Amino acid sequence: MNIFLAFLIGGLFGFALDRVRASNPNYIITMLKLENLYLMKAILFAIGFASTLMFAGQMLGLVAVGHMSVKASYFGVVLGGVILGVGWAISGYCPGTGIAAAASGRVDAMIFILGGLLGAFVYMLVFDQLMDSTVMNSLFGGKVTLGTIPGSKYEGIFTIRGDILGIVLGFVFMFVAYKLPEKILKRR
Amino acid sequence: MEKLNWLKSGIILGSVFFLAVLLVKPIGVSTQFVILDAIIGDKINPELITKTGDGKIQSTNSYLNKSGAKYAKSAIQPLNYDFIFVIALAIGAFISSQLRNGVEQSEKFSPKVWNDKFGKFANKRLLVTFVSGFVVLFGARLAGGCTSGHMMSGLMQTSISAYLFTIGTFVAAIPTAMIVYNKSTNQKTRRVK
Repeated sequence: MNIFLAFLIGGLFGFALDRVRASNPNYIITMLKLENLYLMKAILFAIGFASTLMFAGQMLGLVAVGHMSVKASYFGVVLGGVILGVGWAISGYCPGTGIAAAASGRVDAMIFILGGLLGAFVYMLVFDQLMDSTVMNSLFGGKVTLGTIPGSKYEGIFTIRGDILGIVLGFVFMFVAYKLPEKILKRR
Repeated sequence: MEKLNWLKSGIILGSVFFLAVLLVKPIGVSTQFVILDAIIGDKINPELITKTGDGKIQSTNSYLNKSGAKYAKSAIQPLNYDFIFVIALAIGAFISSQLRNGVEQSEKFSPKVWNDKFGKFANKRLLVTFVSGFVVLFGARLAGGCTSGHMMSGLMQTSISAYLFTIGTFVAAIPTAMIVYNKSTNQKTRRVK
């Protein structure tokens, strides 16, 4: 059953990444240059849409709160984000979209995956040294959410109801997506 | 095939994020690079992941061994949800790309934004994407997730880590893209229609 769901959801995700052109590096790079924000609008809307449905579903008892999986906050999250951001901007690929792009026949994305496998391998080798360094220092108490979500094992940094806050933020994301201009900087 | 507008694209992508958390758990990708490394590593050096007498799985690598050796376990049992998810991701993207007749020939080795700036030097592009892949996955592992797990799944769950990751990523990515793909120093100027 779990394997069937993996095929279903993974397949739909890959299909969607290709269909919405997130696996096309031209769209990622022009987005990061703030020239064409089509993809930014789509992604912001997707996050808001999914957030609203998930938290509303939780409040109605239709979505299991236990399905949430919140990651830890530590200094390496920011630093890793910065490192990833540089490679993402240069290549136009991140791990998920790189795999989708390779599957769609992009040779540079196949090479990106090979580089990725090496990068992950080197991380395995230096993990011990990193564990002893300050980059693993916890921030904000580790696995935390903005508000306090009823029934969740994760703590909120604010005491306000996390599910209601999630719905409000979901609408904020969708509203920003709607308001954001598709083109900010004109192409010279 | 019709090009979707941002709203339709957002609804499609958002529906998949929601479906994932409704049925199983939020989407994530980058961990599977480690799992594939571990599968390959264990083929080359069978000592990497071993079973002890009482059936416990352990690894000589401390990263694979962390959190009760969960990565080592996934690597010797690749038919698990997360690994199949990523295989299916590739299949789904392949099917979608075939429905729109695949990637154009001119885009196969390097995208247009690259060609406009650096010319059509496929080798240079391939070298750069190899290094970028290295950098991206190293960063993703350090952060404990990538654009899928940290950014999309994290922001929808109002996770603090997602905001930290997203700020770090965009603070680096926007200036990098602007500098690397700066139009005023184009090698080859093309007229834009």
